Amino acid sequence: MNVEEKVIEIIAREQHLQPGVVKADSTFDELGIDSLDGVNILFALEEEFKIDIPDSVAQRMRSVHQVVDSLTRVLEGKDISDLVAVAKGGVQPASN
Amino acid sequence: MGVFASVGKDVCSFFKHLSAGRSGVRRITQFDPSSLCVQIAAEVPDYQPTEYFSPKRLDLLDRFTQFSLLGAREAMNSSGLEIPEQERARFGVVIGSGMGGAQGLDEGYLKLYQEQATRLHPFTIPRIMHNAPVSQVCMEYSAQGPSFATATACSSSGHAIGEAFHLVKFGLADTMLAGGTDAPITYGMMRSWESVRVLAAGNSEPSRACRPFSADREGMVIGEGAAIVVLEEMEHAQRRGAEIWAEISGFGMTADAGHITQPTIDGPARAIRAALEEARVNPEQVDYINAHGTGTRLNDALETAIIKEVFKEHARNIPISSTKSMHGHVMGATGAVELAATVLAIRHGVIPPTANYTTADPECDLDYVPNEARERSVRVAISNSFAFGGLNAVLLVRQIQ
Repeated sequence: MNVEEKVIEIIAREQHLQPGVVKADSTFDELGIDSLDGVNILFALEEEFKIDIPDSVAQRMRSVHQVVDSLTRVLEGKDISDLVAVAKGGVQPASN
Repeated sequence: MGVFASVGKDVCSFFKHLSAGRSGVRRITQFDPSSLCVQIAAEVPDYQPTEYFSPKRLDLLDRFTQFSLLGAREAMNSSGLEIPEQERARFGVVIGSGMGGAQGLDEGYLKLYQEQATRLHPFTIPRIMHNAPVSQVCMEYSAQGPSFATATACSSSGHAIGEAFHLVKFGLADTMLAGGTDAPITYGMMRSWESVRVLAAGNSEPSRACRPFSADREGMVIGEGAAIVVLEEMEHAQRRGAEIWAEISGFGMTADAGHITQPTIDGPARAIRAALEEARVNPEQVDYINAHGTGTRLNDALETAIIKEVFKEHARNIPISSTKSMHGHVMGATGAVELAATVLAIRHGVIPPTANYTTADPECDLDYVPNEARERSVRVAISNSFAFGGLNAVLLVRQIQ
């Protein structure tokens, strides 16, 4: 199972949604995920992948795509300073 | 009114069992109690949260909040109350809890301390906070008026109902949902209570463990559950043709300022007098007392002295019962559960007994309605709550003329 599939599975599980409802291009708004649901999903992701997701990165996660993208980079140990910069200074990352 | 407790999961079965003197105390099933000295409690039997709540909803509901919602649902359904949108701001919720989200806290700390987890579930705070039941009930019924939680240990729900009564009486709200809830049967809580040395052991015969006012009493039994009442301004209730079960007409609250666990005579006595005064009722008019009656050596003897101090010679004529002998000490919910028993005594003309009474105690020499319910018209009754910490709440209820 790749990161995207795992993220979709976790979001569906935590939101008690039927399989198939959560798609790779779903946004949190479309899925009815509010801010509290969001921190719950982050907690589940941290537990699952055994990582710490910094608050500044977490604030950027408002869609499945953003979660997968951020998570992949954290997992691969890549530089995430541009993600942090988004939260701090509002600079649009190149990937978006 | 709504009740969700060990002796009954609705008002009807609750009072049926109380009147029959049936105890809800049994061996603890929520966790393996083998290592505890006291392995019994008044647990809600066969409780499956998924029967009542969706999985999504349950994520945010600690056990004590679940109970409060179940109590509120029965209260709202049986009252037939529907609050139109323009009246929501005059509809509020006050719910007391002594222990708060004990389950969530226990589970969280277990992970943190024993399993060495480095983070806790993000729903921990919204689940365990003392006001979670209030907020969840507000959301379920769109109550947007004065709403808050009370936390005065064993008097929490006495204060909750009393404060809600005053909000209605003094015109700050038309309708209130008020009561109490607690789910303190966790390993940590049981150990904490054990160490105070006020619990009845009684592992071999749980249903007989709690024996208030009896000379062989050994202490209290922890219980869980909730009771919620609908309080409504009299004319508001009459206008909509509501079935009115009783009228709350007095509330007395005092602080002992004495000792952190040991009650005084003066503090509770002043609370009873304040309730009588507010209701403009003479002591001689009181014809039932639902006692605090925990079943500890100290409480029951002192409560007897308190009742004699206030009611003088009339004390001997008043039937007094401790329904804690059956539903246990429901902590922050106990005042509400006992107010429900008091209201039902008025409504049905049946005084529930003090169960498990075996032997007269010279220090407890009043009429405790031992073991058998008594048919008797009750016009004016009081329900006593005297908390650890010396904070007292006494509610006075009367029959509707």
